[in-house]
Amino acid sequence: MMDVFAFLFSTTVLAAAVRMATPLIFASLGGLFSERAGIINIALEGIMLTGAFSAMLVTSFVGNPWVGLVGAVITGAMMALIHAVVCIRYHANHVVSGTAINIFAGGLTVFLLRLVFNVAGTSPAVARIPAVRLPLVADIPWIGPVLGQQNIMVYVAVALVFVSWFVLFKTVWGLRLRSVGEHPKAADTVGVNVFVMRYTALALSGALAGLGGAYLSIAHLSRFGDQMTAGRGFIALAAMIFGKWNPIGAMGAALFFGYADALQMRLQEVGIPSQFVSMLPYVLTMVALAGFIGRATPPKALGKPYTKE
Amino acid sequence: MKFDFKTLDYTAIAAPFISVVLALLVGSLFILLAGSNPWEAYRVLFTESFGSMDAFALTLQRATPLVFTGLAVAFAFRCGLFNIGAEGQLYMGGLAAVWVGLTFTTLPSYIHIPFAILAAAVLGGLWAAIPGILKAKLGVHEVINTIMLNFIAFYLTDFFVIGPLHGGRAGPETARIVESARLTRLMPPSRVTTALYIALIAAVVVYIILFRTKLGYEIRAVGLNAAAAQYGGINVAKNIVLAMMISGGLAGLAGAEQILGLHTRFIQRFSPDLGFMGIAVALLGRSHPFGVILAAILFGALNAGGAAMDRLTDVPRELIVIIQALIIFFVAADQLVRRFLKRRRAA
Amino acid sequence: MNQILELKNITKRFPGVVANDRISLDVAEGEIHALVGENGSGKSTLMNILYGLYEGDEGEIYVRGEKREISEPRDAINLRIGMVFQHFMLVETLTVAENVILGSEIRQGVRVNYRRAVQEVERLSQEYGLRVDPHAKIADISVGQQQRVEILKALYRGAEILILDEPTAVLTPQEVEELVRVMANLKAQGTTIIFITHKIKEVLVASDRVTVLRRGKKVGTKVTAKTNEPELAEMMVGRSVLLRVEKTPAEPQSAVFAAENLAVEDERGSLRVKGIGLEVRAGEVLGIAGVEGNGQSQLVEAIAGLMPVKQGRLFLNGQDITRATPLQRKRKGLGYVPEDRQRRGLILEYTVADNLVLGLHGEPPFVRYRFLRHDRAIQRNAEELVESYDIRPPQPNYLAQSLSGGNQQKVVVAREFTRTPKLLVCAQPTRGVDVGAIEFIHQQIIAQRDRGVAVLLVSAELDEILSLSDRIAVMYNGEIAAAMEARDATEKKLGFIMLGGRPEDFREEREEGVLDEV
Repeated sequence: MMDVFAFLFSTTVLAAAVRMATPLIFASLGGLFSERAGIINIALEGIMLTGAFSAMLVTSFVGNPWVGLVGAVITGAMMALIHAVVCIRYHANHVVSGTAINIFAGGLTVFLLRLVFNVAGTSPAVARIPAVRLPLVADIPWIGPVLGQQNIMVYVAVALVFVSWFVLFKTVWGLRLRSVGEHPKAADTVGVNVFVMRYTALALSGALAGLGGAYLSIAHLSRFGDQMTAGRGFIALAAMIFGKWNPIGAMGAALFFGYADALQMRLQEVGIPSQFVSMLPYVLTMVALAGFIGRATPPKALGKPYTKE
Repeated sequence: MKFDFKTLDYTAIAAPFISVVLALLVGSLFILLAGSNPWEAYRVLFTESFGSMDAFALTLQRATPLVFTGLAVAFAFRCGLFNIGAEGQLYMGGLAAVWVGLTFTTLPSYIHIPFAILAAAVLGGLWAAIPGILKAKLGVHEVINTIMLNFIAFYLTDFFVIGPLHGGRAGPETARIVESARLTRLMPPSRVTTALYIALIAAVVVYIILFRTKLGYEIRAVGLNAAAAQYGGINVAKNIVLAMMISGGLAGLAGAEQILGLHTRFIQRFSPDLGFMGIAVALLGRSHPFGVILAAILFGALNAGGAAMDRLTDVPRELIVIIQALIIFFVAADQLVRRFLKRRRAA
Repeated sequence: MNQILELKNITKRFPGVVANDRISLDVAEGEIHALVGENGSGKSTLMNILYGLYEGDEGEIYVRGEKREISEPRDAINLRIGMVFQHFMLVETLTVAENVILGSEIRQGVRVNYRRAVQEVERLSQEYGLRVDPHAKIADISVGQQQRVEILKALYRGAEILILDEPTAVLTPQEVEELVRVMANLKAQGTTIIFITHKIKEVLVASDRVTVLRRGKKVGTKVTAKTNEPELAEMMVGRSVLLRVEKTPAEPQSAVFAAENLAVEDERGSLRVKGIGLEVRAGEVLGIAGVEGNGQSQLVEAIAGLMPVKQGRLFLNGQDITRATPLQRKRKGLGYVPEDRQRRGLILEYTVADNLVLGLHGEPPFVRYRFLRHDRAIQRNAEELVESYDIRPPQPNYLAQSLSGGNQQKVVVAREFTRTPKLLVCAQPTRGVDVGAIEFIHQQIIAQRDRGVAVLLVSAELDEILSLSDRIAVMYNGEIAAAMEARDATEKKLGFIMLGGRPEDFREEREEGVLDEV
C-alpha cells in the first residue's frame, strides 16, 4: 500500500506536477480576467504560443531572459487586444475570433522562426530564467524539493494567483470588472466604462497568457519549438472552468491537471496507457460543465456584445 | 424552381470575396517581411495550384477533406451550433474506417468501402451527439464540450494507434488497410481519389437536406429563431441533436477520406488541422454547401500552392496559415458590416 | 412650495412615433408626484430624458431654477436626481452593499472599504426605513428587497429627486404597502419623488399630485386629493374614435375551450397568472382587456403550450391539453397569433412562403414522401394567401424581414386563420399595424367567429376589445377582475377596472368639468 502511495506521490512526481501546472496557472488566470469581463477567450493557446516565441526571440537578441519576459507580456497583450477590438468593436463572434487567433499564432510563430533563425522546428537555445532554492523550505523531507526548489516563475505564478484573487475580489477595479461581466448595462448606468474595462481586462489576460507561454520556452526549457504549447491553452481554459472562475480554484484545478500530466509519464513505466490519464482534465471539465460538481456558472454576460443604447 | 434575382442577397456573395482580397493584401505585408516580392509569391502560389493539371489535382486532393469538414461545421452553424469538434469527430471517423479496413479481409471492394465509410460517419456522428445531447438536455454550451472531446479523441486514437491497432513497424501508425478498402485514385500519380466524388455528392445531399426537406426546414428554423421554431411545433431539442449528429457524420467522412484514400493507414495525429480549417471554410462559404465547395477549393489551393511557394521563393509556407487566419478575421468582422447594412434596409 | 424641477416643452421623436409631444411638467420640492398613462403614453421616455438616458429633440430642463443639460446619467446624478428602473440594474452575484456602492465606491487605496460600505448601507437603511441585509447576495433576496436596494443606490449617491419607474409592477400587494410606507419616509426626509405607474389606486393612495399623459401628450395635472378614479381613468384612456366593425350578433354554441384554476409563473419564478377560469364558446369572441403586464402574456403562452402550467388545467374540445406539446395543440385545432410576431410568430430570414407554412410544414400537402418539401404546394399556398390577405408586396419569395409590420402581421394572421382552427388565440393582433391592416384583421376575426371558431382575443387596446368582443373579461394583477357581456361594457367602466378599480365601485357619473391645472 505504501508502495502505491510512494509511487503516486513521490517527490519527483509532485515536483513535476508543480512544473506542469505553472504554465496552466498563468494562462488560466489570463482566461479568468477575460471571461470575468464578459469576453470568451479561447485564444489562450495562441497567445501562449506567441508569448513563448517572443520570449525566446527577445532573449536571443538581448541575452537577458528577464527582458524576454517583458517581450512575452507585450506581445501577449497585443494579441489579446486584436481579439478585443474584433469582438468589442466589431461584434465578431468571440469563439470565431479566438479560433482565428490560434491559427494566426500557429502560423506566425513558425513563419518568423524560419525567417529569423532559418530553422523549421526548434529554435536555438537561449538563456533561461533560473531556478532557485529556498533554504529552509527545500530541506523539508519529501515535499521540500516540491515547494522549495523550483524555477522562479513557479513562485511568480503562485504569487500572481493570490494577487489576482485580491484584485478581483477586494479592489475597486475588480468589483467593477465583475459587474461588467455579469450585467454590463447595470455597470454602465452607474458610470462604469464597460468598454475600457473590457479592453484593459483583455490586455491583462494576454499578458498573463503570454507569461505562461514564456515559462515554456525560457524557464521550463530554453528554446522554442513549433506548437510547443500542445493544447495547454485549452487545458488552462478547462482549469478556469473547473475552478469556477476563481483564481484559487483555477490554481487548484491547474495543479490537479498538472499532476495528471506528471503522473502519466510515471504510469507509462508501469504499463498503464498514459493516454487515459491525459484525457482526464478534459473529461472532468465536461463533467463540471454538466453540473455534476455543483453549478459551474460562467459570468452572465459572457459572450454577448454590449451596445450602448 | 424559378430563380428570382430580387431575392438574391448580393452583399452576401460579394463579402467573402472582399474578405479574401483583404487577407491577401495584408498577407503581402508578411511576404515583404520575408524579403520577397508579393506579386512574385502570389504568382507562384497561383501557378502551383491552378496552373497545370498536376497542380490542380493537388489542389483538389487538399480540398477534398476540407469539403467534408466545411460541410460539417456549416451544417451545425445552420442550427445555430458551434461545432469546434470537427477535428475530434474526424479522428473518430478515421478510427472506425481503419478498424474496418484492417479487420475485414475477405470483403469485396464494393462492400468493404461503403462499410468503412458508413462506420466512419456513424462513429463521427455519435461522437458529436455527446455535446449535442448535453446542449439539448442540459443547456451546456457546445463550444467547450466539443473542444474537450477533440482532445479526448486525440488521446483515444493515440492509444489505439500505439497500442491495439499498432502496425508493428517503427512509427506510431497502424498497418496498412487491406487493398479492398482503399479508394481508387482518379488521376494518378496524384492522390485524388473517388473521395472527391463522395465529397461533391455529400455537398449536394447537404443542400437537399437543408433546403428541400422538412428536417432542413426545421433545423434552419431552430438556428434562425428557436422561439419561433418552438411556436411552429418544432422539437428544438431533437433537432439540435440531429444536427450535431449529421455534422459529426460529415466530419467522420473526412477522416474516412484521409484513411481510406490518402494514407491508407492511421498515422498518429495525421490531421493538419483539417477540422479547424473546416471552420474557416464554413465561414467563408457562408454555411452554404456550394459556398463550402468553393471555399474548400480556395483553401486547398492555398495549401497546394503554399508548399511550392515555400520551395521556390523565400517565403515560408506558414504564410498560408497566416492568410487563412486573416480570412477568418475579415469574414468575422465583415459579418457585422453586412448585418449593419441589412438592418438599415429593414428599418 | 418651491418648484424643484421644471420640464418645458419636451419633445422626443422615434422613427414612426412622437413619444413625447411638447410636454411640460413642474414638480414641487418634497412632493410625491405621480406620472400616469397607458403603455405608449410616453411616461418612461420622459423620465429617461430627465435621467440622461435619452436626449430630447426639443425642450428644456430646469433644476432648482437653473437650466441644465442632462446628456448622460452622470449629469443627472450630479444634479442629485436618481432613478430606480423597472428592470433592476443589479448584479446578481454581488452583495447588496457591493451593488449600492458600485461605481462610487468607498475606497481604501485600491481596496474597497467594504466595512464602511456596509456601515453606509445600514445607516441609509435606518434613516429611510428601508430594511435590507447588506451582506445578502442579490440573487438571494426577494423582488421587493431588490427594489429597496435600487432605492438605496440612488440615495447613496445623494439623490434628492427620486424617479421610480413602474415600481409596483413586480411587487406583491404586501410589498406595495411597504413601498408606500417607504415613500412616506423618504418624503419626510425631504426627498422629492416622481413615480410612474398605470395603476390609479396607487396614485390615489401615495401621491400629492398626478400628471396624466396620453399618446405622448400631457392631458393635465391634478391635485390628488381633489380627483378620483373615474376622472383619472377617463383622462388616461380618453375618448378615441372607435373602429367599430360591422357585425351580426353572435350565435355561440358549446364551449370549445376552458381553463380551470390556471396558474402560470414567468421565467423568474414569479406567479403571473393566479388561478383563473375561462371559457370560450364556438362562434363567439371573448375579449380579455387589460393593461400589459397583468399576466396576459403568460396566459396566452401557456394556452399555446409555450410556457409550462404551474397549476390548473386546459381543455380543448373536451380534451385535456395541459401537457400537450405545441404541435399537438396545433393538430387539435389551436391557432395562435402571438403578440411578438418577430420573436415568436415569424422567422424573419425565411421567405414569406416559408413562413406561411410554419407549423404545418411537416404535413401533406406541404410534404411529399414523408420528408421532402413540396415546393409547388408551398408556393401555391403562398400565392393564394398573399392574394386573399392582401399581403404587400405580393412576392412570396421575399424575405419576411423586408415586409412592413402590418404586412408581417398579415402573414401570421393568414397562416393561423386559414387553418380552420377550433380555437383562435389572438394576442395584441394589431399592435404596430397600420390602420388599413387593422381594419382588415378585425374583419377577418369576425369572419372566423361567424364560421364557428371560438376566438380568445387579448388586447390592451380598449377600442379593439369593445369593437370585436361578444363577451369581455378584464385581467388585472393575474386575475379576472370582472366579466360581462359586451353590451354591458363601456370604455370608462373597462378603463376603471383595468386600472385596478373594483367593479362594484364604478359609478356612471359623467363629469363635465374642465381639466384643472394646479
